[in-house]
Amino acid sequence: MSSLLDRLKAGIAKTRAGLVDKIEDTLKGRKEIDSDLLDELEYALITADVGVRTVTEILEDVRQRVDRKLIGDATEIKALIRRHLVDVLEATERPIVKPAAPPRVVLIVGVNGAGKTTTIGKLAARLKADGQSVLLCAADTFRAAAIEQLEVWGQRNQIDVIRQQQGSDPSAVVFDALQAAKARAVDVVIVDTAGRLHTKENLMAELEKMRRTTQRVIPDAPHEVLLVMDGTTGQNGLEQARKFTESTGVTGIVLTKLDGTAKGGVVVAIARELNLPIRYIGVGEQIDDLLPFDAEKFVASLFEN
Amino acid sequence: MFESLSDKLQRVFKNLRGEGKLTPENMEAALKEIRIALLEADVHFRVVKQLIEAVKLKAMGQEVMQALSPGQQVVKIVHEELVKILGQHQAKLRFANEPPSVIMMVGLQGSGKTTSTAKLAKWLVKQGRTPILVSVDIYRPAAREQLAVLAREIKIPIWIGEPGENRPSELVKGAKIEASRAGRDTILVDTAGRLHIDEELMVELDGLKAQLNPTEILFVADAMTGQDAVKSAEQFHQRLGITGVVLTKMDGDARGGAALSIRTVTGQPLKFVGLGEKPDAFEPFHPDRAAQRILGMGDVMSLIEKVSEAVDQKQAEKMQQKLLDDEFTLEDFRDQLKQIRKLGPLENLLKMMPGMANMPKEMKNAKVDEKELTRIVAIIDSMTQGERNNPLLLNGGRRKRIAVGSGTTVQDVNNLVKQYQEMRKMMKKLTGGLAGGMLGKRMAKMKLPFPTSFPGFGR
Repeated sequence: MSSLLDRLKAGIAKTRAGLVDKIEDTLKGRKEIDSDLLDELEYALITADVGVRTVTEILEDVRQRVDRKLIGDATEIKALIRRHLVDVLEATERPIVKPAAPPRVVLIVGVNGAGKTTTIGKLAARLKADGQSVLLCAADTFRAAAIEQLEVWGQRNQIDVIRQQQGSDPSAVVFDALQAAKARAVDVVIVDTAGRLHTKENLMAELEKMRRTTQRVIPDAPHEVLLVMDGTTGQNGLEQARKFTESTGVTGIVLTKLDGTAKGGVVVAIARELNLPIRYIGVGEQIDDLLPFDAEKFVASLFEN
Repeated sequence: MFESLSDKLQRVFKNLRGEGKLTPENMEAALKEIRIALLEADVHFRVVKQLIEAVKLKAMGQEVMQALSPGQQVVKIVHEELVKILGQHQAKLRFANEPPSVIMMVGLQGSGKTTSTAKLAKWLVKQGRTPILVSVDIYRPAAREQLAVLAREIKIPIWIGEPGENRPSELVKGAKIEASRAGRDTILVDTAGRLHIDEELMVELDGLKAQLNPTEILFVADAMTGQDAVKSAEQFHQRLGITGVVLTKMDGDARGGAALSIRTVTGQPLKFVGLGEKPDAFEPFHPDRAAQRILGMGDVMSLIEKVSEAVDQKQAEKMQQKLLDDEFTLEDFRDQLKQIRKLGPLENLLKMMPGMANMPKEMKNAKVDEKELTRIVAIIDSMTQGERNNPLLLNGGRRKRIAVGSGTTVQDVNNLVKQYQEMRKMMKKLTGGLAGGMLGKRMAKMKLPFPTSFPGFGR
């Protein structure tokens, strides 16, 4: 478990540098809480993509506590922010839905280039290591060589991939995959979908149809709809999450490429604004670099050395 | 609903109304709002600071021009500064004196390098060049396969290397030889996505650059990137000396704040934007247009270009004449609808219209029912030639047949016929009463194919 925490720490070292170090720099050597200090704090938080609304909320909280003389010392602010972040993140946590009968169906959605297929590869490896049998469904029938990309991940994990030709109806592939999964009594089916911008209504409707198709084969499916988001995405990420939730009922977020960004603050913005739990974070290119998200641990590794 | 930058600025500027001079006091609130709005649009905070300073300096103490409100005056100043940052002119690609020229595509994972490589190749062909593609992305599963599939689709040659060849340096060497042999004048090199902090892969890029001596190194960046855009662009630029930027996924609703940031920190021009998944959804970057879009002035230029591309001028004129002569049949109506559909989703078109940012929310969010258009086309398709030319033929029995044929209901058919007749009546009024007057002339000059009443709108 300690190695997991270490990897988490290493993976979000940059976010730590971008967020917590900035807060610390702002607070260093300051005793008095004045408006200058609060302005600087606002800057530090906004530039970490935490989101204007959450930042305003945090600062309001600080101000109130100062007014009520609950805190009089700048050094206490750090702990206050830390608690606030944990609160925001924990408020969104919810248990993973168990299917009435296997297979559990996991739909993977997101904009182009977010890292869906790579996430599936890593997720499949993780589930398999947990002793579950997995089947992959190549329902990205649009992008050139997307099916081949998923098949490589299937080979690496020694997991079967249900596929059709490029250009075929993705819902048909989903139907096939779920039938196969039922017949083979597989524990989990992971469905790869084509990347699409959330503004394209016809493509969002296609996702909706795929969702309905899963329901036709397995009434309580999909059990999980994971929105894969690039950790470097800015405030547009909120709009993405909102639109995908509307059409496919997103149940959780996978945040990728966090090792490359100092702006993991978007985690907080998403949790706060959309009330969606973060399920996994991607912190590297290795197959085991997809880590389950835990609010307490995440914030702890941000704030502790 | 996340308030867009243009909405924000509009609201701020409304508050600025009614003052004769721009003063530190009446500017302060506005500048603060602009600052937050730009930050929310993912413009990097350093860039925002610069912009705000520049605007402040320019605006302070300025007499508000007679023709403008104070708000408009600030818009004008902000717009000028935005255009300045984005670069006044459209940047061109550089080519080597002696072919083949080499263009390297670099960037983070998932920014859209492979798709952009194919799109750029197609664009170059339109410019009369003869590109050849090569992928040196030996890391991502099936990445080379992806470029090969795209190359087949757009019918442009690709060098895939000897079987089993997995060394980037050998792959590009082969591509160079093949280019000379086949007489291709531009080599497009698609590289693997990498984080700017990945030392090993950055060294690899360095090596490729030394080996290839490219005339262009294009940094491919996702328009949705947040504050981090600056850091990666800066790093890539420091290591490689990028010569331009391709901004992808601009067909989404990101305001493109990253464009401002990247341009500022690298000093390198934005050269292209990616606007969709099709190989030709790619065009040169227009700084003035981008600035206008950010400010909510509407992307009128793009709209006009789009319309003129999709619309057959001659046909449009013929249609216009038919309207004036009251010979507009259901068949013409269908052709018009088909032309409009060619322009892409109607909502995108609406977004480009100026003033949309000022519209009430309900109006802006009103869904244009694309399916309705499809249904109408289906109904008309199910009619006979005679019925299309003379809808008076449509009795109950025929309507029933058409409804069955088009998978709609008799009511739908009735609605369409009614709409069509109302439209004709209206045209008659317009052209009849005013044919010789102002309006008639003006209408005759208008070449847009839009019928005045539009099914699917405002229902």
